Amino acid sequence: MKSTLRTLAFTGLTGVAALFSSAAHAVEIEYWQYFFDARVSAMEQLIEGFQAENPDITVKMTHFPYADYRTKVAAAIPAGEGPDVVQLFYGWLNDYKEAQLIQPLPAADFPVSEIDESFFPMVQAMKEGDNYWALPTAVRSLALFYNKRLFDDAGIDGPPATLDELVETAKKLTAVDGAGNITQVGITAGMNAQDHHWFREVLVRQMGGDPYSDDYKTVNYNTEAGQKALDFYVGLAKEHKVTAFGFMDEPQAAFKAGRAGMHIDGSFRIGSLDKTRGLKWGVAELPVGPDGTQSNYSSYWVNAITSKAEGEKYDASVKFMKYITSDDAMQVWLDVVGELPAKPSVGLTEANANDEVFGPFIRGLAYAHTTKFVNESGQRQALMDMVSRMDIEGQSAADAIAIAAEEEQKILDDYYK
Amino acid sequence: MTLYRNLTIKQKQIVWAWSFLALPVLFYGVIRFYPTGTAFVISFQEWNLLGSRTWTGFDNYVTLWNDPVFWKVFKNTFAYLLIGTPVSLVLSFVIAYHLDKLRFMHNFLRMLYFLPFMTSAVAMAWVWRWFYQGVPIGLFNNILAGFGIPQIEFLNSTTNALPAVLAPAIWAGLGFQVIIFMAGLRAIPVSFYEAAKIDGVGWWTVLTQITLPLLKPTMVFIVVFSSIGFLRIFDHVFNMTTNNPGGPLNSTKPLVLMIYDTAFNGFNMGYAAAQTVVLFTILLIVSLVQLRLLRSE
Repeated sequence: MKSTLRTLAFTGLTGVAALFSSAAHAVEIEYWQYFFDARVSAMEQLIEGFQAENPDITVKMTHFPYADYRTKVAAAIPAGEGPDVVQLFYGWLNDYKEAQLIQPLPAADFPVSEIDESFFPMVQAMKEGDNYWALPTAVRSLALFYNKRLFDDAGIDGPPATLDELVETAKKLTAVDGAGNITQVGITAGMNAQDHHWFREVLVRQMGGDPYSDDYKTVNYNTEAGQKALDFYVGLAKEHKVTAFGFMDEPQAAFKAGRAGMHIDGSFRIGSLDKTRGLKWGVAELPVGPDGTQSNYSSYWVNAITSKAEGEKYDASVKFMKYITSDDAMQVWLDVVGELPAKPSVGLTEANANDEVFGPFIRGLAYAHTTKFVNESGQRQALMDMVSRMDIEGQSAADAIAIAAEEEQKILDDYYK
Repeated sequence: MTLYRNLTIKQKQIVWAWSFLALPVLFYGVIRFYPTGTAFVISFQEWNLLGSRTWTGFDNYVTLWNDPVFWKVFKNTFAYLLIGTPVSLVLSFVIAYHLDKLRFMHNFLRMLYFLPFMTSAVAMAWVWRWFYQGVPIGLFNNILAGFGIPQIEFLNSTTNALPAVLAPAIWAGLGFQVIIFMAGLRAIPVSFYEAAKIDGVGWWTVLTQITLPLLKPTMVFIVVFSSIGFLRIFDHVFNMTTNNPGGPLNSTKPLVLMIYDTAFNGFNMGYAAAQTVVLFTILLIVSLVQLRLLRSE
């Protein structure tokens, strides 16, 4: 009861505040994103810059746990509440578009041909007809993190360049106790982390396969190439014994604790590794396949204008969208969050492309693929179960991958039916 | 006002009673019954949370019936119930029975048993999750390794994972059940025990003829309460298996986690609502059966 009263009082106050602010001809727009420390502080910095350039516009940022994202957005926008500009995962665009929660970006301010040229090519998935519907500030890719101190201790010169070298390097980095239990892994493993991307878009392709056909509507990794990729991946634990699934609970935890020689992860991990005291780490491009094939996985979050934004709020939102997709904004995002610029003009500058940390990720973008997920956690689960069946139940790679392909195909069919 | 004045005292009492009841009734109507009703409706629809809803008849239920994961999850849910309820009932009774006789540091011990109940399930689940890890970080496995005993895969196993997840859940609920049992024990008139003593009856007979029969209402409450708790188990499983929710290979997945996953990862609200209706039905049947079986005269 007390809190209801308080809410009422607050609503009253905000109402009064809104009256005053509109009297001063100021526009307030709302921006929503999920909570991730570095992203929030980067956005705060961008909002500050934007407001300095546009003193008549204020941007209010709201953030909340990732898990609540869709529920909140879906409930708020139709009710005329919530964001004017919203951040969403690239894979959700279709759902948001069909539900009429977002509106296309005006072609006058965001000309299609110009964007086609200035952004990395995978961003074109956000285009339909004469309009782009959403644009990213930053993109992500994968790379191989390695622990410099452990490399020095083991007398290893540098990170492995090929998959064979990866195995050999990992062997030197693995430590076991008297009973043969692994106490330090050569390389972390876990499909729950980024490894399912590494498997899909990198290993399967490097073994000569193509993980999906028909614009990601058909699973295509239940092939010889897929089996080879799976044998290689599970072989790291079973055959070469350089890793253990679920070692130290989470791959990134093992790497942070200095108990893992190598770790494949996304560019978003840089920020938290930077803060880990006593960890000396380096980054390298993902190892190439047996025939030299390079591959990588890229994903991104986009910003879009919601259907709630109208009139002067719409104009302000367009201005804000332009600001947060500008070259300067991308540089801020790179510096603060460690996510890669979505435009080659920012990403491939001398300084960025040769950066010791960001360089390997940015160079990876040139040969990266973007999986069109319909239900990322469900599709990930299929691959996790595939590895569990081999790890715990001793199933063969051929059977495991056949079941996984079937399960994932079912998810795709349910969505595209 | 005259209308009210003309009422009989009996009618006035009713008016007053209902005006006080109005708030909780309204609350339950809006917060409980309306969403429950909506869930029933959604279970016959297809909805991805964003777009419009479309009617699909019994499709969701048919899919559910043919879903092997559902049957696995169904079995798990009952495993939680059928292991969790008896184990926690016996444990909490044994503890309460002895704690009741104990005077030395009684309050301190009672506090220790009650503490886990007040602790956040999330924090507890994470601590236990780390206890269960292998070397070099897991407490249990480090102890085993210290004695040269082979490692036990607690969570990364299709057979051990469910009991491993259940253990802290039982431990967490124990404090509450102990308190309820102790209240029940205290409510038994001392004169019965004195009479038994005069008659020279042994402790076993006292336990089975006096204590347990008189604790029946307490036990009914605890059984129903903890059954509902175990059928709805979620926080412990979710937090101990976030790397592979309900895994490995669905071996720990309870119905509520499946509902959560379908609704908020798959965004298949209709299918999730159908699962919810099934859970509702199970809870209803189990509670009714238990009430009937254990009803005191």
